Amino acid sequence: MAMNEQDILAGLGKIVNEITGIPASEVSPEKSFVDDLDIDSLSMVEIAVAAQDEFGVEIPDDQLKHLKTVKDVISFIQN
Amino acid sequence: MRLMPTAPGARVLAFGGYQPADVVTNEDIAKTIDTSDEWIRSRVGITERRIASSAESEIDLAVQAGGKALAASGLSADAIDLVIVATCTLEAQIPNAAGRVAHRLGIDAPGAFDVNAACAGFCYALAAASDAVRAGSATNVLVIGTEKLSQWIDWTDRATCVIFADGAGAAVVAAAETPGIGPVAWGSAGDKSDAIIIKDRNSFLHQEGQTVFRWATTALHPVARKACERAGVDPSQLAAFVPHQANLRIIEAIARKIGAKDAIVAKDIVLAGNTSAASIPLALSRMIERGEVSSGDLALLLGFGAGLTYAAQVIEIP
Repeated sequence: MAMNEQDILAGLGKIVNEITGIPASEVSPEKSFVDDLDIDSLSMVEIAVAAQDEFGVEIPDDQLKHLKTVKDVISFIQN
Repeated sequence: MRLMPTAPGARVLAFGGYQPADVVTNEDIAKTIDTSDEWIRSRVGITERRIASSAESEIDLAVQAGGKALAASGLSADAIDLVIVATCTLEAQIPNAAGRVAHRLGIDAPGAFDVNAACAGFCYALAAASDAVRAGSATNVLVIGTEKLSQWIDWTDRATCVIFADGAGAAVVAAAETPGIGPVAWGSAGDKSDAIIIKDRNSFLHQEGQTVFRWATTALHPVARKACERAGVDPSQLAAFVPHQANLRIIEAIARKIGAKDAIVAKDIVLAGNTSAASIPLALSRMIERGEVSSGDLALLLGFGAGLTYAAQVIEIP
């Protein structure tokens, strides 16, 4: 069964906050990691690794570069 | 057949480090390519690095560092019977570096070989030196990490030219009644050999930054812990953690995961850049010079890099 979008969003918000210090409340689906949240490529790797531990879904580097927004990551984890 | 008498342990008698004179700041690099001091410091933690002139080779750097370590050890050149040079940036592959460096230092007819384990090279060479001394194959060993990465860098590639630099570091290893160099924990990940690569003699060094970052921040802390376990040292007993100076964010991420709560973490990268096999002995020699570590302190070394290769061991500070 696919995970609930709200649960993934909450989990991602917590991860982004732990890695970058950005408040979890700013992590909303339409936000771009690079352009809106100012998160760099190395922090994206750390977020992907933490998301793998949290949700049990591996996000390889060649996929990671296509995931621009928070919504993109949520969809990837759901599918 | 019989074997040589063995030694109960090996230890480092002294370290020495050498950097070329020319300082290249982030501002200097930002004058020629699209980057900035802020971008470089936030991604890799480097503010300046040293680059050797065309007149100074990786052999010259090694001779300087090796000479300093030898002088600090109190041994004369004729006491050294094995020279091991860790390097992956020789301008030409034949002859090896070790024989030339030994000759320049006045060391007469020692065993002489090079080790290519890239940025893990110093830890591999130190393990080989320790084992050679313990097995009786050598009495006193000069171990040197030397790199002139600048000659393999594309100075228009901002993913690499802001990171890599030149330098050398050395250690003198001798027999000891009690071990001062712990058992090595080493290994490799050849499935990721493309992640850091110079494809052929006409190519520059290429690095898949995200792949290496992910590997380094997830696969290496268990190696560091294994080296501690093998030495019978709890991470809380470590006075220093000296990882390869690859990237400040990798250094800090690994340090957090090891649990060495009282250890000073080497951050020599800030002023030295990533000098591959030279980075660990270079950082250690400066920590000793500055009095950040004292004789008898335990330090955990962790080398990792192209191959991909990795090696770690606990040592006692001389």
